[in-house]
Amino acid sequence: MKLSELKFNQIATVKAVHGEELSLKLFEMGLLPGEEVELENIAPFGDPIAIRVGEYKMCLRLSDANCIDINVK
Amino acid sequence: MKQEITVALAGNPNSGKTSLFNALTGLNHKVSNFPGTTVEKKIGYSKLNAETRAQIIDLPGTYSLYPKSADELVTYDILRNKAETNFPDLVLFIADASNLKRNLLLLTQVADLGVPVILALNMVDLAERKGVFYELDILAKELGIPVVSINARNKEGISKIKNLLLDESKHKKVTYFNINQVDQNLLNEIGEITDKKNPYAALQYAINAGVYLNNKAKQINAAFEKYNFNPKQFQELEILQRYKVIDEAVRLSRRQKTNHVIKNITQKADVILTHRIWGLVIFLSLLFLVFQAIFSWSAYPMDLVEMGFAWLSETIEKSLPDGVLNDLLVHGVVAGLSGVIIFLPQIIILFAFIAVLEDVGYMARVGFIMDRIMRPFGMNGKSIVPLISGMACAVPSIMASRSIENKKERLITILVTPLMSCSARLPVYTLLIGMLVPETAKWGPFNVHGVVLMAMYLLGFIAALASAAVFKLFVKTKGSAYFIMELPGYKLPVWNNLLITLYEKGSAFVVGAGKIIVAVSVILWAFASFGPRGNMRAIDQKYATLAMSADATVSSEELAAQKSAERLQASYAGEFGKWIEPAIKPLGFDWKMGIALLTSLAAREVFVGTMSTIYSVGGGAEGDDLNTIKQKMMAEKNEKGEPLYSIATILSLMVFYAFAMQCMSTLSIVKAETKSWKWPIVQFVYMTALAYVSSLIVFNIFS
Ligand SMILES: Nc1nc2c(ncn2[C@@H]2O[C@H](COP(=O)(O)OP(=O)(O)OP(=O)(O)O)[C@@H](O)[C@H]2O)c(=O)[nH]1
Ligand SMILES: [Mg+2]
Repeated sequence: MKLSELKFNQIATVKAVHGEELSLKLFEMGLLPGEEVELENIAPFGDPIAIRVGEYKMCLRLSDANCIDINVK
Repeated sequence: MKQEITVALAGNPNSGKTSLFNALTGLNHKVSNFPGTTVEKKIGYSKLNAETRAQIIDLPGTYSLYPKSADELVTYDILRNKAETNFPDLVLFIADASNLKRNLLLLTQVADLGVPVILALNMVDLAERKGVFYELDILAKELGIPVVSINARNKEGISKIKNLLLDESKHKKVTYFNINQVDQNLLNEIGEITDKKNPYAALQYAINAGVYLNNKAKQINAAFEKYNFNPKQFQELEILQRYKVIDEAVRLSRRQKTNHVIKNITQKADVILTHRIWGLVIFLSLLFLVFQAIFSWSAYPMDLVEMGFAWLSETIEKSLPDGVLNDLLVHGVVAGLSGVIIFLPQIIILFAFIAVLEDVGYMARVGFIMDRIMRPFGMNGKSIVPLISGMACAVPSIMASRSIENKKERLITILVTPLMSCSARLPVYTLLIGMLVPETAKWGPFNVHGVVLMAMYLLGFIAALASAAVFKLFVKTKGSAYFIMELPGYKLPVWNNLLITLYEKGSAFVVGAGKIIVAVSVILWAFASFGPRGNMRAIDQKYATLAMSADATVSSEELAAQKSAERLQASYAGEFGKWIEPAIKPLGFDWKMGIALLTSLAAREVFVGTMSTIYSVGGGAEGDDLNTIKQKMMAEKNEKGEPLYSIATILSLMVFYAFAMQCMSTLSIVKAETKSWKWPIVQFVYMTALAYVSSLIVFNIFS
C-alpha cells in the first residue's frame, strides 16, 4: 500500500521510498524504512497531507506520499 | 585555556538554537516557532568566566550536511571549511528531546567532520509531556560526548553549558561513520582535489560540490565515474548506517513513562485549524480581524501622537523668532515627521499580529493550507511565509525565502513578495481611505476602513499570484519541487520577548523613517520654498502691489495663501512637478502628487510627509495634523473647479502605491539574494509598469 492511501486512525510502517532525491530528503527527515507513520490531517483541498513520523509531525504532497510504500499494522 | 573560544550552535530547524544564543549572549535575535527562522549566521559574545569569553555563532537550522536550500548552505559553508575565520573550536549541538532520533543524524555528521561536539538536550519539557525522558549518562556514554539537558526558552541550564564550554578536557572528537568502506583510492583522489585531510569531510564536500558549489565539479565527477561511485547511493547508505548507531543510543537511554501515544493539544487544534472548511474560514477571519484591529485599536494612541505633534509645532512656532529656521522646523521637519510617526500604533499592531502567529506555530499551518493554492503559480506552501511577513516589510521576508528548496520557486517568491502591501504603504492607504470613506462608517459591526484596507491587501496578494503565474512561464531552472516541512507543536508566545521585539521594531521604524523623513523634508522644504530668483521676486512684487491696492473683497489672509500657493508653483519643487505632470496626468495625478511620487522613492511612507510639507508650505497653514492635511487635500480643486481628489484619482493613487516598486532597500536585498542585477531590474520594471497601467485603467473606469 502507498502512504497516500493511508486512512485516519491507521498506523503503518514504512517499507520503501522510491525516487533518489525524495528518498534522501525523507530519510534525513527521519522517514525511513521501519519508521511508524500515521495520517493526522488533510489540507482543505485534499492535498497536501500531514502525518506523524515517529515522534513528530510533518507534511508532504500526495504525489510524494505516492512514492512511499507502507505496511498497515 | 584560551582567552576566547569560538562556538557554533548547530542543530535541526526549530530546535531552539537562537533561544539558546539569546540566553548566552543577551541579544534578542528572532525566535519563532517555525522551522527556518534563522537564515543567516549571527555572532554574539558570552562571558564564561573572568578571563574567558566565547564567540557564539548562531546558524540556520539544517537536517543534514547535504544542504538542500540556501539557508542550509550557510550552515554547511561555515562547518565545512577549517580555513574559515569563523570555523568553530567546538560545536554546541542543540537537539529537540521530544524528537531525538532525527535530531541526532546531523550531530553524527557534524562530529565526523572532526570538530569536538557537545550535546545540549533541549525541549525536555515537551518530551516530558509525552512521558519521555533520557538517562543522560547513558546517552553520553553511547555517543561518547558530554550531554546536558537545558530549557532554552526559560534559560535553564545555561551555567551547565558555560562550564562545559570552559572544560577543555571534555571537548572530544568522535567518529560515528566508518569511511573506510569507501574505496581508498577514491578517497585519496578526492582528498587531493578538495585539499581536505579528513576523508569524510572531503567526500562530503565533493558530493556537495557537484550539486551546489560548482567549483572543481568536473574533476570530481570524473573521479566518481572512474571508481564507479554513486553519490546518491552512498548518501543513502550513510544515513541508514548512522541511524543504526543512533537507534542503539536512543534505545538504551530512553525511558517512556506511559506506553501509548496521547493525542496532544496540537493534534486536537489541527483538526480544526487545518479543517477542510474551518481551516480556510479561520485563516480569512484572522486576517479580517487584523485589519479591523489596525483601525479600531489604534484610534486612541494615534490621537495622542497627533496631539503631541500639534503641541510641538505650536511650541516651536511660538518660541523661535520668525524666519527661515522657524519655517523649516515647523513646515518642513515637524510637518513631515508628524505625518508619518502618527502611524506607529497601526504598524505596531500589524507587527504584533504577525509575530504572534509565528510564535504560536500557526504560520507553518498556513503554509500547509495554502500549498495547493500556491502550486499552479510556481510557488509552494513555504512561499506563504515571506508573503505574509511581507505585509510587515519585504526585506526580511525576501531573506526568509532562503528556506525554499527549489530555486525557481524561491526566485518567483522573491520577485512577487514586494507586491504584498507592506507597512510602509499603510500610512498612504490610511490617508487615502480616509478621503474616500468617513472615519465612523460601519458595515454592521465592522469598520469600513478596515474592510477597504483588507481589500487593498488582498489586491496585493492577487497581483502577486498573477505575476507569479507569468514568471512561471519565463523563469527556467530545473530541480524537483516538493513540499516537505515539519509542523511544530503549538506553543504559547514568549510575551516578554514579543514586547522587546515590538519595542525594537517600533523604534527602528521611528528612527529609520524619522531620519529619512527629516532629510527629505529639509530638502523638500528648501526646494519648495526657493525657486529661480526672478520668478519668485516677480510673485513677491505682484503681491506687494496687490496688498497696497487691496480692495475690500479679498482678505489679507486669503492673499497670503494665494501668494504661498503661487510661490510653491514657481519653486524648484514646483518646476519638477510641472515637468513630470504630463506623464502622470493620465493617471489623474497632479504636479504635487508628482513631487510626492519622487520623494516616495526614499520610502513609501514619505508620501504622507511630503503631502504635509507641500500643503504646509503652500497653504499658509496653521495646524499640521493629519485631518487638516486630509482636509486641505480634499479642498484642492483642479482647473475645471472640481475636487482634485475625486474617487477616480484616489483609487488610482492607491493602486499605484500598491503595485509600484518604490523601495530601494528591497531592490538591494533582491540583488544580494539573487546575486545579480538582472532580477532587481526586472522587478523594478515590471512592478512600475504594472502600477502605471493599472492606475491608468482604474482612473479611466472611475472618471
Ligand atoms: N517548550 C520549549 N520550547 C522551546 C524551548 N527552546 C526553544 N523553544 C521554542 O522553540 C521555538 C523555536 O526556537 P528557536 O530558538 O527559534 O529555534 P531555532 O533552532 O533557532 O530555529 P531555526 O532558526 O528555525 O533553525 C520557539 O517557539 C521557542 O520559544 C524549550 O526548551 N522548551
Ligand atoms: Mg534560529
